[in-house]
Amino acid sequence: MDENGGKKDTPLVRMKDIGKRFGSFWALTGAGLDIYPGETHILAGENGAGKSTLIKILAGVYREFEGTIEIGGKAVRPRSPLEAEELGVSVIHQELSLVPSMSVADNVFLGRSLTRRGGFVDTRAQAAVARQYLEQLGVKVDVRSPIEQLPIATQQLIEIAKALGRNAKVIVMDEPTSALSSPEVDRLFQMIDGLKARNCGIVYITHKMEEIERIADRITVLRDGRLVGSAIAPELPIPKLIQWMVGREIDQQFPRHTPTMGKERLRIEDFSVFPRGFHGKPDVEKVSLHVRAGEILGIGGLQGSGATELLTGLFGGYGSLWKGKVFFNGQAVRTRSPRQAIDRGIALLTNDRKATGLILPMSIVSNTTIADLPRLSPGGWLRMKRERGVTEKLSDSLNLHSASLDRSVSELSGGNQQKVVIGKWLQTDPSLLLLDEPTRGIDVGAKREIYRLMNEWTRQGIAIILITSEMPELLAMSDRILVMHRGKLTAEFPREEATPDAVLEAAMGRRMEKKAS
Amino acid sequence: MSEKQMETTLAPSLGKRVFASPATRALIALILVFLLGMVFNADGAFFKIGTHRDALRQASVFGILACGMTLVIITAGIDLSVGSILALISVIFSLMSIHWNWPFWISLPACILIGAFFGSVSGALSARFGIQPFIATLAMMVFARGLAKTVSGGMKVSTAVQNPDGTYRYVDVPSIFRAIDSRILGGNLSVVTLIFLVCVALAWLALSRHRWGRYLYAIGGNEEAARLSGVPVRWAKISAYAASGLMSAVAGICQAAQEQQGDPEAGQGYELWAIAMVVIGGTNLMGGRGGIGLTLIGILTIGYLEKILSINAVPEASRLMLIGVIIIAAVLMQRVGRK
Repeated sequence: MDENGGKKDTPLVRMKDIGKRFGSFWALTGAGLDIYPGETHILAGENGAGKSTLIKILAGVYREFEGTIEIGGKAVRPRSPLEAEELGVSVIHQELSLVPSMSVADNVFLGRSLTRRGGFVDTRAQAAVARQYLEQLGVKVDVRSPIEQLPIATQQLIEIAKALGRNAKVIVMDEPTSALSSPEVDRLFQMIDGLKARNCGIVYITHKMEEIERIADRITVLRDGRLVGSAIAPELPIPKLIQWMVGREIDQQFPRHTPTMGKERLRIEDFSVFPRGFHGKPDVEKVSLHVRAGEILGIGGLQGSGATELLTGLFGGYGSLWKGKVFFNGQAVRTRSPRQAIDRGIALLTNDRKATGLILPMSIVSNTTIADLPRLSPGGWLRMKRERGVTEKLSDSLNLHSASLDRSVSELSGGNQQKVVIGKWLQTDPSLLLLDEPTRGIDVGAKREIYRLMNEWTRQGIAIILITSEMPELLAMSDRILVMHRGKLTAEFPREEATPDAVLEAAMGRRMEKKAS
Repeated sequence: MSEKQMETTLAPSLGKRVFASPATRALIALILVFLLGMVFNADGAFFKIGTHRDALRQASVFGILACGMTLVIITAGIDLSVGSILALISVIFSLMSIHWNWPFWISLPACILIGAFFGSVSGALSARFGIQPFIATLAMMVFARGLAKTVSGGMKVSTAVQNPDGTYRYVDVPSIFRAIDSRILGGNLSVVTLIFLVCVALAWLALSRHRWGRYLYAIGGNEEAARLSGVPVRWAKISAYAASGLMSAVAGICQAAQEQQGDPEAGQGYELWAIAMVVIGGTNLMGGRGGIGLTLIGILTIGYLEKILSINAVPEASRLMLIGVIIIAAVLMQRVGRK
């Protein structure tokens, strides 16, 4: 609509001083983003830096926020995704919002079908217009075929066609290449060039360096919910970009004590995990590592690194869908189910306590004892007093405060919920703790508590493998750090040598050996 | 610092918690039904002990089914096959007792095992092969009905036994039939009601006092978290359906004894009554919440409602419409004041 859309100095969208609070936690404070026509704008930052939150505000997903948004010079507050679309903003989320069983054309016109009089869908007109959009994008596809029969890359392109159909001036893509092969990536990038030529503004979120180097015109970096800075791509070479991304001082108090390490607790060799069956691509490929009693082994990585799948596989969470050798306390073992893992003394704290950790309708006591019930209820009959006793002891040692241990865990705060999950695993007497994001979504006090506990556990000879997306936590709590990228190990650092820049670089897929490229 | 305060302020007052509990709400519905009975007492019929004995006897077969249904629903499943398995077992039990003259100490365990077997097949279909419980048990419902008709030759298995020459002779009603259909405690309690109460007690023990019951709640509450906590999800689910099949068999035995015959058409639609009883009690179809005490309240609510309407000579057509309305009212009441 704007006649001067081509001029670089007037942004299509200007987000300023954006703040967003979840409960007592500020996900964004003073964040901002200017989107110019005809530019690919990379939005960069570590996990949890606030990128998705910022995008969701622009897309009208979150209605409550502070700050201002201007689109085409006018102040707006999109209150729903539909409103955002009407303002010309289309977001392509990682999970595509297509209806798999419907045809390509129907998907392109989802929610705003072309109709004839009487409300009947004009299938023929839709097909013609959809074909036209897709041709502009260079996609050859039968618009009548159902979406589910098309490769994921084509689906992604159809999602973009959908955005075009809505006359989007700004198209936001959240890690669009995570499921694409490299020729498909090339095609996507060609298409982005096409969109730029039409003076669309592109916002592109990615964790991959090579993509940033290839398509960035402008880069904005967020860190801890704040705007670090924004620059045109040539002014922000990769090393400087990384510095912007991680550049905080590690000033939080992390009380990691020097450990006394014991014997080797776990060693794995060429460990691969196939969550979707052996015919599919492995999520973890030939990883070898070891961890000793009393040691905290940290694993760093960005989304899709395979670290979570590694731990789940070790725990028997994918049954026997893994290959490789596993030695536990020096003995070769094959763990095929969580029960076997628990009986051996392995515990897995999953990264999503509500989805995979807690049984929300059940009480604190029942949640605490569920993994250890075979021992706590010999003969099958429950020993209620015994269960209460062990739960009381654990919640005391974990500083879990609740009016009653009979309350359902759904009523507890995030920190206390996490303590219940931790209590559940401590009750099983583990000698190897697999911790996947143990401090996600809990407040600072509870975090510190968990760090204190980790020290205590290692002092007792428990070995810990820690996955965390929080760089300071990884650097401060780990005795040794491994980094994974797309299912493979890319680097290993002793505690002293690990720096944020080096870890992040390895996490983005640069192997240490090939630093020159 | 604030953590402790926050948690305590989150805790609602005792009165609110008592009112918010499903048990209280279900009890209110039951009490309302009782008040209804006292007002419309059909010239004092409601105050006679015989009326209560009959109300309980008539609710017993449904109640036994509802006990098994509760176990399955707590795992977030459903069992549509209970009515058909009831019919199948009533036919088989009648054949064994009337035609083959098997002693009860063989026929009873055999029937119960057959019921458990068919239940475990539904369970395996859903837990092992990932077929939705609704579909798996729907298929079992149709299959078991067909099998009941096949086994019985499409006819009621009664004490009128066909001779080889095509004529009929009447044989005595087997003593086990009479025993199950009799009354105890001076004629004030039916044996089927006693059997029903034993089923309630067993289901309560399993759900509240045994590890297996805890596993069922865990699976219904969050199957993935349960699996990752070492709960034997598959086995526990299959055994829940087996238990439901077992209870259906018990109900089938009672039904055959009461009718003194095995009817392959028996039990049609009983699965829906059983589900209604569970839901009115306040057990959530989403799984993970509820209990056998609630189901008992639900059984009594529907059972007594039915009785009160019938002693007041409300015709069946209106009775059904009224019960439909009351099911909705009871379920809505379960939701009042919750998000």
